[in-house]
Amino acid sequence: MSAPLIEARGVGISFGGVRALDDVSFAARSGEVFSIIGPNGAGKTTLFNIVSGLYRPDCGKVLLAGEDVTALPPHLLAARGLSRTFQNLQIFFRMTALENVMVGRHLHEERSLLPTLFRLPSVLRQNRATRERARELLAFVGLERRAEDPAGALPYGALKRLEIARALAAEPSVLLLDEPAAGCNAVETEEIDRLIVTIAERGTAVVLVEHDMKLVMRISTRILVLNHGRMLAEGSPAEVRANAEVIAAYLGRHAAEAAHAAG
Amino acid sequence: MDQLLQFVFSGLTVGAVYALVALGFTLIYNASDVINFAQGEFVMLGGMVTVFAYAAGVPLPLAALVAVVVAVATGLALHRFAIEPARGANAVTLIIITIGASILIRGIAQIVFDKQFHRFPAFSGEDPIALLGATILPQSLWVLGGAAVVVAGLWLFMEKTLLGKAVRATAANRLAARLVGIDTALVLALAFGVSGAIGALAGILVTPITLTSVTVGTLLALKGFAAAMLGGIGNPVGAVAGGLALGLLESLAAGFISSTYKDAVAFLVIIAVLFILPQGLFGTRAVERV
Amino acid sequence: MRLSARHATLLVLLAAFAALPFLLPSSFHLRVATLVWIQALAAVGLNLLMGLAGQVSLGHAGFFGIGAYAVALGPRHLGLDPLLSALVGLVVSGLLALVVGRPILRLRGHYLAVATLGLGILVWLVLNSEVALTGGPDGIQVPRLVLFGWRVAGAETWYWISGAFLLFGVWLALNLEDSPLGRALRALHDSEVAARVAGIDVARAKLLVFVIAAIYAAAAGSLLALFNRFITPQVADFLHSIELVTMVVIGGMGSTLGAIVGAAILTVLPQALTVFHDYEHAMLGLMIILFMIFLRQGIVPGLASLLPRRAVA
Repeated sequence: MSAPLIEARGVGISFGGVRALDDVSFAARSGEVFSIIGPNGAGKTTLFNIVSGLYRPDCGKVLLAGEDVTALPPHLLAARGLSRTFQNLQIFFRMTALENVMVGRHLHEERSLLPTLFRLPSVLRQNRATRERARELLAFVGLERRAEDPAGALPYGALKRLEIARALAAEPSVLLLDEPAAGCNAVETEEIDRLIVTIAERGTAVVLVEHDMKLVMRISTRILVLNHGRMLAEGSPAEVRANAEVIAAYLGRHAAEAAHAAG
Repeated sequence: MDQLLQFVFSGLTVGAVYALVALGFTLIYNASDVINFAQGEFVMLGGMVTVFAYAAGVPLPLAALVAVVVAVATGLALHRFAIEPARGANAVTLIIITIGASILIRGIAQIVFDKQFHRFPAFSGEDPIALLGATILPQSLWVLGGAAVVVAGLWLFMEKTLLGKAVRATAANRLAARLVGIDTALVLALAFGVSGAIGALAGILVTPITLTSVTVGTLLALKGFAAAMLGGIGNPVGAVAGGLALGLLESLAAGFISSTYKDAVAFLVIIAVLFILPQGLFGTRAVERV
Repeated sequence: MRLSARHATLLVLLAAFAALPFLLPSSFHLRVATLVWIQALAAVGLNLLMGLAGQVSLGHAGFFGIGAYAVALGPRHLGLDPLLSALVGLVVSGLLALVVGRPILRLRGHYLAVATLGLGILVWLVLNSEVALTGGPDGIQVPRLVLFGWRVAGAETWYWISGAFLLFGVWLALNLEDSPLGRALRALHDSEVAARVAGIDVARAKLLVFVIAAIYAAAAGSLLALFNRFITPQVADFLHSIELVTMVVIGGMGSTLGAIVGAAILTVLPQALTVFHDYEHAMLGLMIILFMIFLRQGIVPGLASLLPRRAVA
């Protein structure tokens, strides 16, 4: 088995008095689709935010290709091959779809100031190359016809795919997808499904946070279940599906919620 | 030692004015999240309208009343015609609008009045009173006393009256306030009107000491804002404390370091607060959620 | 023929620049046009900061003042040639922006606005108070620019010089917009977190555009000082900062051409209304309010949205 491309070891964080994550570990390898599931408030997005450098954990480590990257800011993580999408869609709404993906190419562009200011041929060539690559990525996610549309005009499902295209533009070795199918209908979810599988097949390690159980069970290589910030179970889809504690946590949670709602 | 006390007296006096301007800022900021740069113009109007009304023969108390009314009307107009129509705009747009309003008010004042410095007689005489080895002007006592009355009155209003509670509710959560039936439009108008009155009072009280002209508004607004930031923006107690502290700092700096750069103190305070203590002396740290 | 926004801007500017001397009746009008070019240079720089990157600066006139006083004080106190002094002004302005920019640009919203405001006023205070050095509020004479024996004088000469500088500045700005840095700035304007995650060093990008904008303003300040042969601290005051912001806003944030249109309106209007000189402030204030309420996106984007949609190359 190859070395993991991304690893979290004993990660923990508190917000005020609440221990949002406690001793959470996972590892994802090239070509794997690693899913993180759990009830709302389990700490999934918090874990993502720690791994992608937006939060600093108060204990534990994050490793990227074996290198300790725990305290690094997001743009340095991106330079080391980590990309992510956002649950609440952080799209550049005033730019076109094409330009959104072009921004994703930033790390692969030559950025010296003087050639930029004087519009040297190298900059022109690069603009063209970036534009071409962005078009290819839009085609990959099925948005090639909306390239020149302002991102603000695109429907929700399209924006989800646009974020994936933008994240892929950086040519990441690790891709974090935060609820990529949230709010999508059955057709859109299937498209996302196929995209994720293709991305993993190309060698990227995909880490997924999702609520859509069918999607998760269908495409995941391994699954981690979080509950109240702690690891509840980890294993293959079959193992997790059969795990009594997982069943209890979800059913138990449902029962408690129903009782609470009834007053 | 006497010199120090002298600086303290003058510092507290001008600090009381900053405190009132800062209080006006805080009132409007709490009710509407707007940083009102026209706040200083209310002080200017208080002084200038009184000057010109008094010069036209109106008895001083009545002239002062007219000035307060003009300032209140200006505050209400500012809210109705400049802030209301831009509801929902981002913070910076609103700041620029209030800056535009302050320039407009000053521009109109320049046409109506003139560009000179003016004053009117002090309320109870011009002879300095000896106090603890230093001297203090009677008007200074008026300023400090007047500020104390305003602060106390505002506190009573906020704590003990139903309308005051409505203002506090709106400041805490505007949507929730509307949902429980509070007329938030009225509350906002009230905030602007009362801010106008407070500013005007400050201007009226301090003019016999510092003189006034149509240009005093800008610098006062900036210093009042510095005071509000020092105390913790949104906190009324902080506004008063910040104002007095700023006045003292300015006076001491002018006395012991350099009087040319007296005005720089306020801006250095702003910079210091922003980088060292963003929440000010009494404010609470806001957590930014990703 | 499809015209990209970039080419359209350059063409319009070039046409106006070339045609105006033949359309304007007197040297007074040429002088006003020169003032427009100079203010526009500062506005174009500020537009990169405010319109492109979305960072507000309410103290930009401070950098303008540094450039202006550099050419006044360099020859007088350091014996430097005015041209060299102007260069020093650019460097000082850029360095100041570099040093204060890092901490200041970490702030957002009204905190950033007030910090930049404070910075601008501090610069003005120094220029106003150091009477022995700067001549204080009464102002100071600026020596004539002499380039290799040629005495630079005359309304027409300055028209061409300042226009050339503006054209150059516009060209640089347009180049910046259509580049990785330009895209990075527009991105961080819309979503800083997504920009970071895409690999953009947001702090560095903001600082870079802040320094560039400061240098534009300093260049404009130097031009004004050399053109007028006299300056006062007023060029660095709060009102001038607000005027620059207004130019960017009413012309259209994010639009280089808009910044020039805004500069034109705010420079020409007071001149046209010299009869109503007393109404200058009131008019400026009213204009700011009306534009920010009703035409927030500015004139040029407002007009552009009326045209049939054309793709940007």
